[in-house]
Amino acid sequence: MPDTVLRPPREIERVIIRFAGDSGDGMQLTGDRFTSASALFGNDVVTLPEYPAEIRAPAGSLAGVSAFQVQISEQPISTPGDAPNVLVAMNPAALRVNIEALERGGVIIVNVDSFEDRNLEKAGYDDNPLEDNSLDGYVVYEVPMSSLTRKACGQLGVKPRDAERSKNFFALGLISWMYTRPIDPTLDFINDRFEGNERVIEANTAAFRAGYNFGVTTELFEYKYTVKPAELPAGTYTNITGNTALAWGIVAAGVQAGLPVLLGSYPITPASDILHELSRHKNFGIRTMQAEDEIAGIGAALGASFAGQLGFTTTSGPGLALKSEAMGLAVSVELPLVIIDIQRGGPSTGLPTKTEAADLLMAMYGRHGESPVPVVAAHSPSHCFWATIEAARIALKYRTPVLLLSDGYLANGTEPWRLPTATELPDISVAFTTSPNHTDDDGNDTFWPYKRDHNLARPWAIPGTPGLMHRVGGLEKEDGTGNVSYDSQNHEHMVRTRAAKIAGIAADIAEIEVEGDVDADLLVLGWGSTLGAIATAVDRALDDGRRVARAHVDHINPFPRNLGDLLSRYEKILVPEMNLGQLSKLVRAEFLVDAQSLTKVSGQPFTALEIEEAIEEVLGD
Amino acid sequence: MTDQATTTRQDWISDQEVRWCPGCGDYSILAAVQLLLPELDVKPENMVFISGIGCAARFPYYMETYGMHSIHGRAPAVASGIAMANPDLDVWVVGGDGDMLSIGGNHLIHALRRNINMVILLFNNQIYGLTKGQYSPTSEVGKVTKSTPFGSVDHPFNPISLALGADATFVARTHDMDRKHMMEIFRRAHSHTGAAFVEIYQNCNVFNDGAFSEITSKQNRSSMLIPLEHGKPVRFGDKLEKGVVIGDEGARIVDVADVGEDALHVHDEGNTNPGIAFMLSRLADSPHEPTPIGVFRHVHRPEYAEAARHQLVEAQERQGPGDLQALLHSRPTWEVT
Repeated sequence: MPDTVLRPPREIERVIIRFAGDSGDGMQLTGDRFTSASALFGNDVVTLPEYPAEIRAPAGSLAGVSAFQVQISEQPISTPGDAPNVLVAMNPAALRVNIEALERGGVIIVNVDSFEDRNLEKAGYDDNPLEDNSLDGYVVYEVPMSSLTRKACGQLGVKPRDAERSKNFFALGLISWMYTRPIDPTLDFINDRFEGNERVIEANTAAFRAGYNFGVTTELFEYKYTVKPAELPAGTYTNITGNTALAWGIVAAGVQAGLPVLLGSYPITPASDILHELSRHKNFGIRTMQAEDEIAGIGAALGASFAGQLGFTTTSGPGLALKSEAMGLAVSVELPLVIIDIQRGGPSTGLPTKTEAADLLMAMYGRHGESPVPVVAAHSPSHCFWATIEAARIALKYRTPVLLLSDGYLANGTEPWRLPTATELPDISVAFTTSPNHTDDDGNDTFWPYKRDHNLARPWAIPGTPGLMHRVGGLEKEDGTGNVSYDSQNHEHMVRTRAAKIAGIAADIAEIEVEGDVDADLLVLGWGSTLGAIATAVDRALDDGRRVARAHVDHINPFPRNLGDLLSRYEKILVPEMNLGQLSKLVRAEFLVDAQSLTKVSGQPFTALEIEEAIEEVLGD
Repeated sequence: MTDQATTTRQDWISDQEVRWCPGCGDYSILAAVQLLLPELDVKPENMVFISGIGCAARFPYYMETYGMHSIHGRAPAVASGIAMANPDLDVWVVGGDGDMLSIGGNHLIHALRRNINMVILLFNNQIYGLTKGQYSPTSEVGKVTKSTPFGSVDHPFNPISLALGADATFVARTHDMDRKHMMEIFRRAHSHTGAAFVEIYQNCNVFNDGAFSEITSKQNRSSMLIPLEHGKPVRFGDKLEKGVVIGDEGARIVDVADVGEDALHVHDEGNTNPGIAFMLSRLADSPHEPTPIGVFRHVHRPEYAEAARHQLVEAQERQGPGDLQALLHSRPTWEVT
């Protein structure tokens, strides 16, 4: 079909698109498909899915709006973008919820069929915004997506109500035309995803093609656009969410440790996808146990570790609270265990589907007694893979529970990931103890379960090993023998030894590096998922001639050994966090530096602009 | 130690001093286990005792085996991970009524319904011992304790009924005054594939002395304990003059002379319907009336850890052994050159 827009596509460097609709409209799928097609095309992509906690809030309501934002770029990017350039709104509620985020003068593409009285009322509009001039200043395209989809599918004999369900593919087809995306990956996807249901394949394909052809044939749109492939480092790429990367990190940790994995887990948003993904990979010898509760999840994982496997447990904040006592037991019995917290808005049930990073102090201190655990934080979707292997490495080498922090933004967000080769992965295997390690006063060989190595790690002798039978438990143990001991001096020694063991890990982790203007007055210090927004903001500030540097901590307990020196070199330190200042508290307490907080707890990640403005404010004129 | 796994009682005794109160029923249970193990074809390195918190939970320290004294109520969860990880291990869970029926009730019922391979020994003394004498979830209504000076108003659990309700595949009761009976029940629990639940009436001579003496003392046993034996009519009494019949209203005790021998209930521990076993568990509301002991139920159902392992094998046959490189490339990829 000849394109009525005869001009060649306009080349643009990047575009930020937000797809928004009812939670039943399939906006997550639409956004995900557009992202995949763009990634396969070679763009750099970063995404921000956003969906309500209710599975199906009332149709057409503001509470039921689901959105998916994606930035595609020919330059390397690290955020889903600040303000969208384009908003696709499938109904009035989606328009109302998302219009504020849109850039001034941005493009709005609405499904005009849905702008009828009932839906307008549900969205709280007294007047139709398409008619009352309230959208002046935006470029609005009114497309009858529902009726055109019904028409396209009707030719196949699909009932109107069923056809209506395919309208998200109409929207996807239209946007795919508008941004000159290849269509084959989406057609392939439709065939794969709905295999066995020919009617649905036909309907979705027809809707997708109808949307694409609508762009081709109508003169509604003046231009189409293209975003050239990005110049990324050479390699094989895949587009990955944080939770998938994390699940693959668990698989890789088992392989690289040479140990079977047991995941004990209880379903909880936004961590459940890790359980889902891992349960598909049983051919790696991975056992996934959907436990009766959060405590049983960690209990079973610890049991597996005692028996010589690599135990993992995954959760979010409410579950982490429930696991506290078992984590204390793991500290006491000194066994490898990785506890993964995909943080979400709290306290209590909080905002299950929104992101926050406010569990840091709970991860650090949320157990009774002196109960130190290493804390590792992932900083991007693909880094979830590496952070998981690192957490497992520390757990195995030091026989300790390790807390790995991710969050809802990393969990569901995506980015292209240059896939590592197997040789790039570290060997994290450790040896079980299989023979006596001590000679008693009578000259007999014996086994002391708490006789430590030079890392202060105790031997890992697993059930089934002849001659090394021993008991561990939560009661304080005598140094060396591991026998129950209530001796006060022994307790003091053991508390300090456990603390020293964890503190000593600092010698075994990478030093923190500074990016940007090393000699700047201001250092922006971050952790976790704020990396993308901080990096973008600092780059922009540097482009504006500002003197600013940044550093990001992936190890929060212990901190990198050079962090104190580093912080002391900067007059000003700014710490952006999705909490009320938890890392800044830690660095102020640890290093006596005047770290300033930039905090955000809206359930949304930072935009680069917010951090850029804070940098401006700190630096002044 | 030889490959024949010949052991003596001494081989199962750890070097740790046993610290239960003198006269505690726990001693006789420990002795019964340590006497039984040499009779079984087991090696100390393959035995794992897991406990929670409470007096009974000190048990693993006294066994020369692998063991973990974990946290309150969670022993079945920890034990589940061990049983899943290594099928060659013999996993035993030990705990009291507070540990397993109060704080850990959830893990107990789920271990039972999953039918995961472990022996669960519930030391039921109807009191909190380690915290010095509060009523427990098996204490009778009206129990006067430190926390219930005017008597408890809590309705107690019947642990056998609870286990049957959780669809446990092996459910038995024994008591600390009869070593031979304990050993026999433990032996059978050990030979069961799946979760084997054993309630042991255990005397706490400090905080609840004599709770079971009306039924377990030597002079009372024949008239107050109703032995359940598979395939045999349920009878008891000095001259076996009493028996149990099952009627529309449940199980009830009768004089054999009144109903005739043929009317007595013949115990079938393999009955897949747990209803009759449940009726038997309701014969006594408290240990002050004739109480059944022995194996209430012994049926077969797929064991959880084995079923989970089977899925791993199937997955390997279907997908081939795990290939990390292939996994990383399992989603759509593109090349940047």
